[in-house]
Amino acid sequence: MSTAAIELKGITKRFGSVVANKNISLSVQNGEILSLLGENGSGKTTLMNMISGIYHPDEGQIFINGQEAVIASPHDAYDYKIGMIHQHFKLVDVFSAAENIVLGMNDGKKFNMNDVYARVSQICEKYGFEIDAHKKIYQMSVSEKQTVEIIKVLYRGADILILDEPTAVLTPQETQTLFKVLRRMRDDGKAIIIITHKLHEVLSISDRVSVLRRGEYVGTLRTADTNEIELTEMMVGKKISLNIERSEPHDIKDRLVVSNIQCNSREGVRLLDNVSFVARSGEILGIAGIAGSGQRELLEAIAGLQHIDSGSIIYNNPKTGVQDNLRDKTPIQIRDLGVRLSFVPEDRLGMGLVGNMDIVDNMMLRSYRHGKGIFLKRAEPKALADKIISDLQVVTPGTSTPVRRLSGGNVQKVLVGREIAAAPTVLMAAYPVRGLDINSSYTIYNLLNEQKEHGVAVIFVGEDLDVLIELCDRIMVIGGGRVTGIVDARNTTKEEIGLLMTKTDGGQTNE
Amino acid sequence: MNEKIKHTEPLIRISKRDDLVWWKSWLVRVIAVVLALVLCSVIIILITGYNPIQVYLAMIRGSFGTNRKLWIMLQNLAMLLCISLAVTPAFKMRFWNIGAEGQVLVGGLATAAVMFYAKDSLPPFIMIITMLAASLAAGIIWAMIPAFFKAKWNTNETLFTLMMNYVATQLVSFFIMIWVPSGSSVMGIINQDSQAGWLPEIFGQKYLLNILIVAAVTIAMFIYLKYSKQGYEISVVGESENTAKYIGINVKKVILRTMGLSGAICGLAGFLLVSGTNHTITTTTAGGMGFTAIMVSWLGKFNAVIMVLTSFIIVFLQRGAGEIATKFNLNQSVADILTGIILFFIIGCEFFVNYKINFRTGHKEGK
Amino acid sequence: MLTTIASFINAAIIQGIPLLYGATGEIITEKSGNLNLGIPGIMYIGGISGIVGGYIYEYYTPEPVAALCIIIPLLCSLLASAFMAFIYSFLTITLRANQNVTGLALTTFGVGVGNFLGGSLQSFFGKSGSISLLTTGNYYKTPLPFAEKLGLFGQTFLSFGFLAYLAVIIAVICAFVLKKTRIGLNLRAVGESPATADAAGINVTRYKYVATCTGGAIAGLGGLYFVMDYIAGAWTNDGFGDRGWLAIAIVIFALWKPDLSILCSFIFGGLYIICTYIPGLSSASKELIKMLPYVVTIIVLVVISARKRRENQPPAHLGLPYFREER
Repeated sequence: MSTAAIELKGITKRFGSVVANKNISLSVQNGEILSLLGENGSGKTTLMNMISGIYHPDEGQIFINGQEAVIASPHDAYDYKIGMIHQHFKLVDVFSAAENIVLGMNDGKKFNMNDVYARVSQICEKYGFEIDAHKKIYQMSVSEKQTVEIIKVLYRGADILILDEPTAVLTPQETQTLFKVLRRMRDDGKAIIIITHKLHEVLSISDRVSVLRRGEYVGTLRTADTNEIELTEMMVGKKISLNIERSEPHDIKDRLVVSNIQCNSREGVRLLDNVSFVARSGEILGIAGIAGSGQRELLEAIAGLQHIDSGSIIYNNPKTGVQDNLRDKTPIQIRDLGVRLSFVPEDRLGMGLVGNMDIVDNMMLRSYRHGKGIFLKRAEPKALADKIISDLQVVTPGTSTPVRRLSGGNVQKVLVGREIAAAPTVLMAAYPVRGLDINSSYTIYNLLNEQKEHGVAVIFVGEDLDVLIELCDRIMVIGGGRVTGIVDARNTTKEEIGLLMTKTDGGQTNE
Repeated sequence: MNEKIKHTEPLIRISKRDDLVWWKSWLVRVIAVVLALVLCSVIIILITGYNPIQVYLAMIRGSFGTNRKLWIMLQNLAMLLCISLAVTPAFKMRFWNIGAEGQVLVGGLATAAVMFYAKDSLPPFIMIITMLAASLAAGIIWAMIPAFFKAKWNTNETLFTLMMNYVATQLVSFFIMIWVPSGSSVMGIINQDSQAGWLPEIFGQKYLLNILIVAAVTIAMFIYLKYSKQGYEISVVGESENTAKYIGINVKKVILRTMGLSGAICGLAGFLLVSGTNHTITTTTAGGMGFTAIMVSWLGKFNAVIMVLTSFIIVFLQRGAGEIATKFNLNQSVADILTGIILFFIIGCEFFVNYKINFRTGHKEGK
Repeated sequence: MLTTIASFINAAIIQGIPLLYGATGEIITEKSGNLNLGIPGIMYIGGISGIVGGYIYEYYTPEPVAALCIIIPLLCSLLASAFMAFIYSFLTITLRANQNVTGLALTTFGVGVGNFLGGSLQSFFGKSGSISLLTTGNYYKTPLPFAEKLGLFGQTFLSFGFLAYLAVIIAVICAFVLKKTRIGLNLRAVGESPATADAAGINVTRYKYVATCTGGAIAGLGGLYFVMDYIAGAWTNDGFGDRGWLAIAIVIFALWKPDLSILCSFIFGGLYIICTYIPGLSSASKELIKMLPYVVTIIVLVVISARKRRENQPPAHLGLPYFREER
């Protein structure tokens, strides 16, 4: 075989003390599609960002067509004929497709949009895209925007294409169209890397698969020689025992009954599709799924932050026995009903806490309205802050330190501590241990377990399957906004959950 | 293949810093002011040939030299501070109210209208209360209009409030034309003889009441922003709308309420300027203070107490420069030049307070 | 009647020219995402620096040459205005200062410098009275040579000095550059989404600097036109008035389109003086009519925000700072 189009040797990248990529080596030939497979947080995107010039590797080398390359900026990547299609599109909304495609280019020739249109339609014909180059981006569907991004890269003459989870936002039909295009590009001699965690797609599109796990390189297989089971095992790894103590749930009652929730984005994309489940008191319900499968919308719908189109969210009040529908209520209305709902959102400093405020003021976010009068009462939140700092061992110079200066783990302790202090009956936590070190993670696990033992209905959205299996009582798996299965955490395997996570259309009705 | 492409890491990397101790950050600001003064000195020497030290001494005399000068300076300080306090809650909410000029003007206009039409028909106390209420209402309306559209359609508030200033100016011209039939377009002192609607002198000082009122507003605003529930809501909305929604704050309501407050204090400033200071209204009653206030508030980091200091700096510069203009036979506008230069330096120095500059060090791996 | 209309149109254009310069300059600036509220100050600087240049030249030269009488003030004006815009750029782009605060400080400074020099220039040269650059002013006022021959049409549309035509030409060029060229496309992208532009390999910082300084230089010519042509080489303190803010209003009214701003400037120019052409107006109603441009601008602003037509919105990143995320 000839020299690889791109080859990585011993790439390591650290962010602070976290090793995002550890000694990774892989290569792609011209005329080949390589799938890069791995769970969330396994380091796929970080690795690709180093090829496209967004990050710079701490160690290791990148070879392009056999020559060592230093890629310091996205511009350099273009010079090396590398093009990356990010998950979040970088397009100017009020520009037409063609204007976006040609943006920032200077081929030294006279600028003429007609030439651009001509070349764009050439590219479209060659690879089978269907796009109206005159159409404005804001009028486009997600898949059209993605097409524009791909043409943009091809227009710049890219020979190496990297696609970061391109199918995450596409319907099955659109995915098929995309794959057709990718195959044509491969046949045209391009080297293509596609980041994904959908196994059936890996098997249908790629020539070879490289698997990453927790920032480490696991191995590369020829797609023809492997199958879903083998890939799942490589992806999720051997079961690791975490020794999280899990008590048997007792005194279980249905606390929150969610039935048939539907919810669409402003662009009309279905975010939640017929989601139904029950969260019970004294139990931890885990929610597993690929990032962006609707977890956030689900929790926000329950918390009164997301409008839903249909369905109901019934809360059984343990004190009064009254049943309330929380659908389309504001957070204040929900609280006025006597619903004690606590929510640890994924976006800690952008939603759960205010980074520029100190710990005491952040403690007040939920409770500042308490009491009569127009003035704030800082004594209680101050006491709460002191209590959380000592109970949860928050490392901080004092209660008057802005929370943005705390480390990730301490920020999370402050947030979780505050939410638990409200004595909730339902506690929702989205990725509460993301970015935390082992000790902080265990503090959070213990807190959740404690709440469960106090009879709280805990909903835990997580990404680490080992944690989900050891911490939760039941695990609900969602994929593409749908519930693909609810399993008993004591009798499941990572493989079972992994397969459910990647099942987006199987078993369910096709649109 | 790409031998010619040179790849280097950038020479300077800028990163946010958050651990500058307070005295260091103030040191940076003092250095900036000193540098600005040095530059001003150079300009003064170039223009006048005078010794800049003498010029600066003259400036100090201009502000503090006599009792009268001191009172005028305090009065100017009070008015600028009052308007700065007015815009502060809006800014804290990240609502760019640059319409203070207009809000002050309509407040003053309302006061003047009451004075003009009521003459001495009302008992003094009722008169003052009516004037005050009218100017507060006028200021609130003027500020709520852009706030309403901001809340409803997210209409750009910077441009909206800016335009409202000139509508207010023309409105004042309009009423002056109506009130002064001769067409001289100068209002003259209202109720010169009866002094109806004039704020009383206390302890024989014309401006003392103004100053005391603004002092009270300063303390109230400090407490409001720091210790009240509403002030807390303003901070949360300003820092993160997402967080505000998460804890159930009605963001639109907060926008309207806060701008209402902002307009009310502007209205108050208009009232004080007309009833307490000038006893007349012109299109320049606000005298650009609505714009200067924006800088005062921003430089004072939206802290009512620090704003006393920043507005003092600006008023001192303007009074002092006015003095040297007279003394050294220069044009009064020299004040604006000096103010501008010092503002540039203070604005610029915030960068060095907030950011760290790292120069490229060492060698890269690989090559 | 016809002559009245003709003289009204003529006067509207004369009033519209400084506004057009200001609006064009501000559009170019805002297209890069910078909301430069220092434009009014820059226009003062553009005027006074032209005066200073012309004054010194006339003072030291017994018989001023036409070409130099024109070129010296023109260059002074361009350079000084661009330098003002450079101060703004340095503070907001490199030092990341707040755009509104910086712009307002610039206006304070610019108006101050204008009034200071305008008021003191004579005394610096040991003279008294107000500045009068008759020779230079006359050169600037020279109309197109064939204007006389074309009767009413010539009087209405061709009787201006060259700066008037230059204003229209610059606006047309800017419209062309924004719409049809690579630079224009890149510039618009910088104002809409600097992160996208950055990722596409556009040097965002350079574009912002160049656009802001160019915009400042263009706006400054509005001040130059005012002092040299409109008031024929003289200076009155605060004489330029609030035209700078009116120019910013036109930017909104013209929906950030330089070609449209030509028409809008003349409309606003007309509104500025229409009261003297309507017979029987009380002086109070005149003031109300002067309010019109601002009221109309507000209505336009509200309507575009309510209609949410994407093409008519302000540049999406207007007024916001941009810097690549640091790690």
